Amino acid sequence: MKTASLALAAVILSVTSAAAQPSTLTGDVERGRKIFMDVGCHQCHGTVGQGGNAGLRLAPNPRSADFIATYIRKPPLVMPPYTEAALGNQAVADIHAYLASIKPPPPISEIPLLKQLAP
Amino acid sequence: MTQGPKKTKDAAHTVGRRAFLAAAATAGGAALTKPQAALAQTQPDVRPATPTVPSAAGAAAETHPPAADSLTVGRTGSDFMVDVFKKLDIEYLAMMPGSSFRGLHESFLNHGANKKPEILTCTHEEIAVAMCHGYAKVEGKPMATMLHGAVGVQHASMAIYNAWCDRVPIMMIGGNTLDSTMRRPGPEWAHSVQDNAAIVRDFLKWDAQPVSLEDFSETLMRGYSLAMTPPFGPVMVVTDSELQEHPIEGKDPPMSRVTVPRPPMGDMGGLIEAAAMLAKASNPVIVADRLVRTQAGMNKLVELAELLQSPVIDRYGRLNFPTMHPLNQTARAGPVIAAADVIICLEVVDPWGVVNQLSDVVHRFSRRTAKADAKVIILRADELLVHANFQDFQRFPNADLTIVGDGETSLPYLVEAVAKAVPAASRAAHQARRAQLEEVSRATRTRLVTEASFGWDASPISVARVHAEVWDLVKGLDWTLTGSDMGFQSWWPQRLWKMEKSYQFAGGSGGYGVGYGAPSSVGAALAHRKHGRFCVNIQSDGDLMCNPGALWTAVNHKIPMLNIMHNNGGYHQEWMHVQRMAARHSRGLDNVHHGNVLPAIDYAKLAQSMGMFAIGPIRDPAELGPALRRAAEVVKAGEPALIDVVSQGR
Repeated sequence: MKTASLALAAVILSVTSAAAQPSTLTGDVERGRKIFMDVGCHQCHGTVGQGGNAGLRLAPNPRSADFIATYIRKPPLVMPPYTEAALGNQAVADIHAYLASIKPPPPISEIPLLKQLAP
Repeated sequence: MTQGPKKTKDAAHTVGRRAFLAAAATAGGAALTKPQAALAQTQPDVRPATPTVPSAAGAAAETHPPAADSLTVGRTGSDFMVDVFKKLDIEYLAMMPGSSFRGLHESFLNHGANKKPEILTCTHEEIAVAMCHGYAKVEGKPMATMLHGAVGVQHASMAIYNAWCDRVPIMMIGGNTLDSTMRRPGPEWAHSVQDNAAIVRDFLKWDAQPVSLEDFSETLMRGYSLAMTPPFGPVMVVTDSELQEHPIEGKDPPMSRVTVPRPPMGDMGGLIEAAAMLAKASNPVIVADRLVRTQAGMNKLVELAELLQSPVIDRYGRLNFPTMHPLNQTARAGPVIAAADVIICLEVVDPWGVVNQLSDVVHRFSRRTAKADAKVIILRADELLVHANFQDFQRFPNADLTIVGDGETSLPYLVEAVAKAVPAASRAAHQARRAQLEEVSRATRTRLVTEASFGWDASPISVARVHAEVWDLVKGLDWTLTGSDMGFQSWWPQRLWKMEKSYQFAGGSGGYGVGYGAPSSVGAALAHRKHGRFCVNIQSDGDLMCNPGALWTAVNHKIPMLNIMHNNGGYHQEWMHVQRMAARHSRGLDNVHHGNVLPAIDYAKLAQSMGMFAIGPIRDPAELGPALRRAAEVVKAGEPALIDVVSQGR
């Protein structure tokens, strides 16, 4: 786990010099939602970024747009890499805006079906 | 011995045939006169100018009956075959009809009174075999199917392959017409085959084509015996149509009897060595896959784990270990394997994959995920049944100790050896490990329940929510879970549900051949029916569309089961593969859905069209609970039902 974190940090550092980082761009929530669905992010990460067996949870409270860009350009795990030609930085900024707009779920104590499953 | 029907003079048959010819003539005449006016108004008249008249020879052949003694027969080979079959105490025979086994079909129905086995009608041979697959894993013994010549076996081939990969016993009867001079022109030639089982022999445990009834008797018993000896597997006995239909002259041939062999146990010396390695380990780990067949097997695995207080990783080839047991560390398989110094793999299909990973990148590479010096022990029967062509045997595992023998059979002896090998001085350390694992288990469960809350009110409905709703429905019932490979459900049932009985889940398809879920679930539900268990089938949409006729069989034979459609509208795993390729080529992602998206199919209407109670499509998560409860009432009344849930991808 520690090794994977270090590798990821190294990847992030190696890409931070790229121009037009997503964090410098203004994302659009609705456009981001559409891209998230159209390009198929939702298949593994869920339509509201909730994650699952095939993909990590992305929302609520997503990592920064730059982190997401870095991750998808050179993913360290099983996710396919997406170059800027495949998914540009503006699209990443839009996706980030969409993920940031997703509200957290109610606490477990307010969901009876899950409360009964908690240890 | 059961006697065949008495031979009677077939006057009725002859009269019937004449009556038929007369009726046909009348009907033909009527057809020439009555509908003409209507036809003339709507379409061109393409009928011949004069009616076709049979030739003199043809008329003679049609109207001169053969000698009466060749029109009917008494006891035929197929009656004897049914008598042999009854010795096996097989409950059901699933089949799609076919002329190459018409003799047997009729004998099962009339001579055998359609009991033990009872015939179940299927709309495809793949459904019939997959039903046998699902049934056998629940019942612990095979059910049977009949496959029609070259065509039926080819239809069945994918389901046979799944059963082979999953090491499941199935009794398959093939039909064939070997003697070419006995074949009717046309289809019977196309459906006959010189060596019927050769089509699927690469993934059969055994097959034969007996040439006499005595040979059939011995062959069927040998087939059953082999199918039921671990490693289990599907077997095929091809029955010649002439052998089925030819009358028995004189007395019946002798009938064989079957004795199922005792399963092979692992070498005791190997088990003692394994026990010593586990007892000395600082971090032993137990990995189980296709191990447990009975509750006694699950209890023994619990005993082994508690003797060592070691984590258990269930790879869910079967339900091996209670999901909520604190030593069940399946959700933390990565760190558990990384920390292990001795790993024992019990009936694990892919031991290499337990301690290694292969990256799906341009230049593929593998890396070991366990410590370099971690010892790997394998106990399984798979080495006794490996064929060359199909590669389901997985990568060579490079184990430190391999014991060949049936895992469940060997387990009590392994437990005994471990109990003797664990020094008393280790018990304190074991208890400390247990306390630590209990704490980790509690934290993991809290994490998983929290994860299930994300996307709780989303539409399409989250897969976690679907399974939380279903759990609320079944938690007070004697329930079982069936369905497609649970990875498509992100393993939410295994993560959230308390599973503690071996029959509550029986693993996936084995060969990952799509089309297994629906028919195997019907077979499993059939096996559960007499026990009164509430069977839930989590049904992937792509899987159902391979064999939707399985729903009809469930309706037709009143097999109670609750089918919950995981309607995610596509082949998501394949979609991601195309995404990976498009991303690799930097070609954009606009087109990758082509070939991977299922159109909006109304699964409730599909089920209703076959007479099944169905609700849906359900998109609002708040509507899911009430719909499930309505459908459950139908299932409890003994009928199948379906809920179409528009769900997230995985």
